[in-house]
Amino acid sequence: MAKSELATLAQEIRVNIVNCISSLGVGHIGGCLSIADVLAVLYGKHMNVDPKNPKMEGRDRLVCSKGHAGPAVYSVLAEMGYFDKSELATLNQSGTNLPSHCDMNKTLGVDMTAGSLGQGLSCAVGIAIGSKLAKDNATIYCIVGDGESQEGQIWEAAMYAGSHGIDNLIAFTDYNKLQLDGYVKDINDLASLSAKWRAFNWEVFDVIDGNDVEQIDQAITQAKAVIGKPKMVILNTIKGKGVSFVEAAKVGSHSMSVNAEQRAQALAEIRGEI
Amino acid sequence: MIQDVLMRDVFVDFLREQMQKNDKVMVLDADLAKCAGTIALEKEFPDRALNVGIAEANMAGIAAGLSSYGYIPFITSFAPFATRRIADQIMISICYAKQNVKIIGTDPGIAAELNGGTHMPFEDIGMLRSIPNIVIYEPTDAVELKKALPQIIEHKGPVYVRMHRKNPAVVHSEDCEFNLFKADVLREGKDVTIVASGIMVETALKAAEELKAENIDVEVVCSPTIKPIDAETIIKSAKKTGAVVTCENHNVMGGLRSAVCEVLAENAPTPVRSVGVKEKFGEVGKVPYLRKAFNLEVVDVVKAVKEVITLK
Repeated sequence: MAKSELATLAQEIRVNIVNCISSLGVGHIGGCLSIADVLAVLYGKHMNVDPKNPKMEGRDRLVCSKGHAGPAVYSVLAEMGYFDKSELATLNQSGTNLPSHCDMNKTLGVDMTAGSLGQGLSCAVGIAIGSKLAKDNATIYCIVGDGESQEGQIWEAAMYAGSHGIDNLIAFTDYNKLQLDGYVKDINDLASLSAKWRAFNWEVFDVIDGNDVEQIDQAITQAKAVIGKPKMVILNTIKGKGVSFVEAAKVGSHSMSVNAEQRAQALAEIRGEI
Repeated sequence: MIQDVLMRDVFVDFLREQMQKNDKVMVLDADLAKCAGTIALEKEFPDRALNVGIAEANMAGIAAGLSSYGYIPFITSFAPFATRRIADQIMISICYAKQNVKIIGTDPGIAAELNGGTHMPFEDIGMLRSIPNIVIYEPTDAVELKKALPQIIEHKGPVYVRMHRKNPAVVHSEDCEFNLFKADVLREGKDVTIVASGIMVETALKAAEELKAENIDVEVVCSPTIKPIDAETIIKSAKKTGAVVTCENHNVMGGLRSAVCEVLAENAPTPVRSVGVKEKFGEVGKVPYLRKAFNLEVVDVVKAVKEVITLK
């Protein structure tokens, strides 16, 4: 997919996110919008997956360790054709296949259950080891939240993957600088995040604009070429990116309500009509 | 002689045999591989016997990831660190995600001996028992464990094995039939039923022998699988004798006593007395001292039986 097409895909993912969350009226919209671009680049260009054969052996896999970004993952999966877009409106409705947090046993295309923060990266390490043993050349991707990086288990996984040079693992930090209770730097600062990952023997790529598909694409392409180390791509993102009132909500965007009027405004903004 | 066989040797021999014939079987340790005996497998299967270091949560997560890829990982640690320490990883990454991970926790209850209170789990079964679909099994002896392990690996889904490393007294004959999901009536009787697990099975049998001299005819039911509990066998025995004593090397809250009482209260209300740890933390000591300290001796079982008979 060319750059313009990836940008269009990211736009469609954002449309889906807004539709998905506004259908319920409330949800984790900020942290979903911030990763729309990396999801577009992964599914639009880099991931070896087949929506018609979601359990394909040897496929690349994504673990969304920040499991509350489920609606963002469902939005890209629907866009890719794993299931009908109309299903997005069932988010969190009784009996839905689309729960607030990612569930591999409910949603076609979701490779790992996540929601209790800090656990997904360990699972991704396990999957990466499994792929190595199977010699199937899959690449395993994992999206970690910045607030989530306060969990100790993230660093247990980081240490093991770095220590054993698990190089079919590419992780991302959604570094949007905000968490539920406030600014990450005020609550428990991740300062020198790149240096931390380097110290754990990961190859680190700092993406200055983590919402720019071209910069993300470049980082993933470079990351794939690195042999002998796991890779961390730090995405400097904006929480709520693409919808002005969500961006403006800052800390309040972690989980917020979106009414019909706001939905119309959001969709117009995303489509560039405002 | 099977009496001389360590449970950990049974476990390691089984894993070795499985790993030789099935390249999906894996074992993960967290710096206690020397204690579990699995260190030998790290040399024999360097790709599939992993040591993650002192990071049990990561071990559980890696195992979950491997399971999602079709592997059958066994994770091992001392029982408190294989359960209490990683309760949320067991709950979410393993059980909620329906992963096929086998959890081996060694040195249950007073078997932790000189490692003392920090390492002496009386709460592990209670913590895991409310997680849906997990199987909780406490082997009685090496004979039984040998028969249980093939059934455990065949069972698709998480299993917690609360395993002694050493060799508790052998109470089963080598030709016994064993079904992971059935309790076993080791001794038939008509006056009182003792339902026991782990090292307390031998204690219950000894108590039954003592009580025979006093003309009290005790039935001993060995219930190594605490979840799902074999309700049928327990109800049948309780209806026959009309009184029940539970015996376990665990807190009476949340463990075997709770499981048995739940079954009886709903199906066959029966007077119950319990032998087990009551509102106490562990402490250092050798098994004879700890049995006394936590009232896990034959005399405690005898006393409970005599008490429960008066309630009939």
